[in-house]
Amino acid sequence: MSFITSYGTYIPRFRIRVEEVARIWGENANAIKEGLGIKEKSVPDFDEDTATIAVEAAREAFKRVKINPKDVGAVFVGSESHPYAVKPTATIVGEALGIGNEYFAADLEFACKAGTAGMQICYAMVKSGMIKYGLAIGSDTAQSRPGDALEYAAAAGGAAILIGREGIAEIKATYSYTSDTPDFWRRDLQPYPNHGGRFTGEPAYFRHVINAAKGLMEKYSYSVEDFDYVVFHQPNAKFPLKAASLLGFSKEQVTPGLLVTEVGNTYSASSLIGLCAVLDIAKPEERILLVSFGSGAGSDAFVIEVTEEILDYPRNPSVRDKISEKAYLDYSTYLKHRRKIKT
Amino acid sequence: MIPRFWRKIKYRYSLRGTHCKNCNSYFYPPRDLCPNCRRKGIIEEVNLPTCGRVLSYTVVWGEKGSPYVIALIELENKVKILSQLACRPEEVYDGMEVECTFRKYGEDGDAGIIYYGTKFIPKRGDGYVSKE
Repeated sequence: MSFITSYGTYIPRFRIRVEEVARIWGENANAIKEGLGIKEKSVPDFDEDTATIAVEAAREAFKRVKINPKDVGAVFVGSESHPYAVKPTATIVGEALGIGNEYFAADLEFACKAGTAGMQICYAMVKSGMIKYGLAIGSDTAQSRPGDALEYAAAAGGAAILIGREGIAEIKATYSYTSDTPDFWRRDLQPYPNHGGRFTGEPAYFRHVINAAKGLMEKYSYSVEDFDYVVFHQPNAKFPLKAASLLGFSKEQVTPGLLVTEVGNTYSASSLIGLCAVLDIAKPEERILLVSFGSGAGSDAFVIEVTEEILDYPRNPSVRDKISEKAYLDYSTYLKHRRKIKT
Repeated sequence: MIPRFWRKIKYRYSLRGTHCKNCNSYFYPPRDLCPNCRRKGIIEEVNLPTCGRVLSYTVVWGEKGSPYVIALIELENKVKILSQLACRPEEVYDGMEVECTFRKYGEDGDAGIIYYGTKFIPKRGDGYVSKE
């Protein structure tokens, strides 16, 4: 059996409002806020990147449990914004956490679902008895071309999920749905990603998210009534709410894990931070359905059942506490933070 | 630069310093020799506390990434260290409670190695407030 033993999150403190981005590009802020369901997004500091965010999230996960870091047998960092094109982020994280040298490390890339990809690998490695603990991290400082629609949403954040043989929530089942759908990509040496625009909806997000959720429930004999919460990948607020309604979940089951309105799309961390926000409030025996989505092309779905151990697990500061601590940037300072001004 | 950085990774990624068992002095950055005890010194590596408070600070202007704050920080075990404090100049004050964070120190141009290490940030609830 595989469990979530601990979790940690990190959200940079800076924010930029939709109004501020819209002001520069002469767009209607209210229409964008209404359309995307996003008010503001998180922005990293000058000296933050995917590696620093991953370390901070993972350190919180370790702070909350008494576990020897040297018992961790695998570290996976999923991201679309690894600091190096060639040189793993996972080794930086392993070193900063004091995991030692006897561990397996790899960086994963599948746009916004790279974090849950690591979670599924850790689930399997722990379940097979190959490792005692595995660390799956989704961390991103998402890129967006100035003036592109992505600029309203592409945010920064990280979540670390420590998976082991005991813990606060059991991963009961997992299932993936994948296809070669070209919806979101970044070519080699290009600074910003491209996307399919309106194509992003039906054939990409909804097809993969819905099929992963349905496939998981069919294969492992669950129904919508078996779940207390549902967390989807959150590129905007509308998509996860529509996916929930298509599957028969209520809005109340989605909103506890819906954070995109306040922090934007944190890419690889998006669905994982949503899961952590739900774990912040979940009670024993409650069941969570988690479905990620990335790059137009895939979704990983998980059935997660909360255990009694969550009652003694330190959950503060909560994800929502962290989101409420913030400082706003104007657009020009945002450009400087994101290193979009070339000198 | 690579070997010099590589040797310091252990001390930079975490707040790992040295301690002289002979005179009970702590050093960060770590020292191999105790300047007080010389050859009588008995040096050991230790993890330093991750929280402290600002004793004094200065703001650096006109550099890449400026303005930034450099602070003299007294850790919980009274050890004093000098570190960058990742906050806005107008947010820092003497006595501010701070904690360790993992940040970028710099990078060797666009194609070189990225250097990471420990900096400090205002402790949650002390400076991390919503500000316009």
